[in-house]
Amino acid sequence: MADAPAKPFSIRRQTGFGFIALCCFVLLYTPILILVFYSFNAGTSIAIWEGFSWRWYEAAWQNERVVDASITSLKVAISAAFLATVCATLAALATTRTAPYRGITAIYAAINQPLMVPEIVTAVALLIFFAMIKVYTGYQGLAYLIIAHTAFCIPFAYLPIRARLENMDLSLEQAAADLYASPWQTFRHVTLPLMAPGILAGAMLAFVISLDDVVITEFVKSGGQDTLPTYMLGQLRRIITPEINAISTVFLGISVAVVTVFFLLNRKGGSSS
Amino acid sequence: MTDTAAASRKSGTSGAQAGVEARRADVRNRWLLASPALTVIFFAALGPLLIMLVYSFLQKGSYGGVVWSFSLDGWFNVFLKRDIFDDTLGFADGHLSIFWRSLKLSFGTTVLALLIGFPTAYYIATRPANLRPVFLFLITIPFWTNLLIRTFAIMEVIRNEGVVNTLLMSLGVISSPIQMLYTDFAIMLGMVYVYLPLMVLPLYASMERLDFRLVEAGYDLYATRLGVLRRIIVPMVKPGIIAGSILVFVPSLGAYVTPRVLGGGKNMMLGNLIELQFGQGRNWPLGAALSITLLVVVMVALLFYVRNASKSGVKSHG
Repeated sequence: MADAPAKPFSIRRQTGFGFIALCCFVLLYTPILILVFYSFNAGTSIAIWEGFSWRWYEAAWQNERVVDASITSLKVAISAAFLATVCATLAALATTRTAPYRGITAIYAAINQPLMVPEIVTAVALLIFFAMIKVYTGYQGLAYLIIAHTAFCIPFAYLPIRARLENMDLSLEQAAADLYASPWQTFRHVTLPLMAPGILAGAMLAFVISLDDVVITEFVKSGGQDTLPTYMLGQLRRIITPEINAISTVFLGISVAVVTVFFLLNRKGGSSS
Repeated sequence: MTDTAAASRKSGTSGAQAGVEARRADVRNRWLLASPALTVIFFAALGPLLIMLVYSFLQKGSYGGVVWSFSLDGWFNVFLKRDIFDDTLGFADGHLSIFWRSLKLSFGTTVLALLIGFPTAYYIATRPANLRPVFLFLITIPFWTNLLIRTFAIMEVIRNEGVVNTLLMSLGVISSPIQMLYTDFAIMLGMVYVYLPLMVLPLYASMERLDFRLVEAGYDLYATRLGVLRRIIVPMVKPGIIAGSILVFVPSLGAYVTPRVLGGGKNMMLGNLIELQFGQGRNWPLGAALSITLLVVVMVALLFYVRNASKSGVKSHG
């Protein structure tokens, strides 16, 4: 065993890289797996295992603040994902399959702007701006969160929709137009169905991105508008029980499921074109 | 879209004049289509930045907010402070040390992420083609899961009652827990953990197209493995190294959640210093000025990134 024959020389191999790659995957997944593992702990510790139990899931389910925060999260994420997807679909139609026109670069830059500015800067700017509006109008509702989320979800929804559109040529639409379909009919019965996988993928990304947001939500929310992430951020200062792990695990499950479906959608879309 | 189709047919039948008009109508339609997205982004991302710029030149209100009169105090306070007793000027050492820590930690994070990410990306890029998407998927999954939860996972692992300390103590390696949480080390570990995928992905993208004939030529000329790595592979994937480094450095510099959770109250970074001005600090103009400073640094880094990306794009075409 000690004198294993040397592996055949491979020009692609670099000594130790496989080991570091292994460490990288271990580093990426171990903390998450530990977090998930201790969510099933029967005891109150997040480091000493005392047997399997669902008690922390039950505790989270019965915790009114967790339920409220989840509902707020879903309300915001669904509204923002919907609005962002509509905006992004129209913007993608406006910026693909055309000769460059004046201002197209500006449109690109504007759409991607939320990706380039650090979240904390956007958060603080929104705090200032919405504080002004709150003083003038007195309105304190969820619309602030929804519009803020919509803005930073647009670039994420835009990317897959645009990628999908760029892979579609105009021949089918031209055929429809030649057969006397009105522009609206062509859009409704030809363009939109062809775009659908891209739109769905964009909507899912936007949903996950909105659901995950902490920083902007933390600065924009009014009293009593905690989303699940801001609720969790608030809890971290207190004594931590596996209840937080249980909430995190459910959260992770949702994100992983949505992202997996997104990847499958994208792969199908890629292979069919 | 469909208008373009109609436009192109029209231009075919009724001459150049109609073509120009149709093209103009098409562009107008396109602006109309883009307008909802542009409106939302202007209202909830771009516009507020401009208002913040204005705020940085106003006087601070005593209970937060601003007084609407011009003042340079916000900008002045970014680097300098006036002594409250004898009115002399000095450097705002608190701010400077936070600036310095932010730069230091972001730089350290980038280097560490590169040291782990480079071999990982290389390893993935040299796997058989059908396995690569699986590895990439494994890298991407953590990236799309909640940043707070990932930070929280790290916190659970390294806290005094956490898994690492409990394990080491039960093995008798240490007798009292090592304080890892609430240190600069914790912040850096957390940021490496959270931003690692941003390093691996662009590195992989440039390594995937690596021309191994050049590597082979190197070995034919008696280069060692290290020599091939240093003088052939690294120079060829340099755009990926630069891209990955900037993609890790930029969010690290603006990090807020990770230092807040893992650094505790004392080990602040720029993001936390900015927040402080809008909370207990009650100095909105200073907070606005600090935010714009951060924004400018980030923009410079991104500009560098875009130039690097377009340069390497030109190279691959030519």
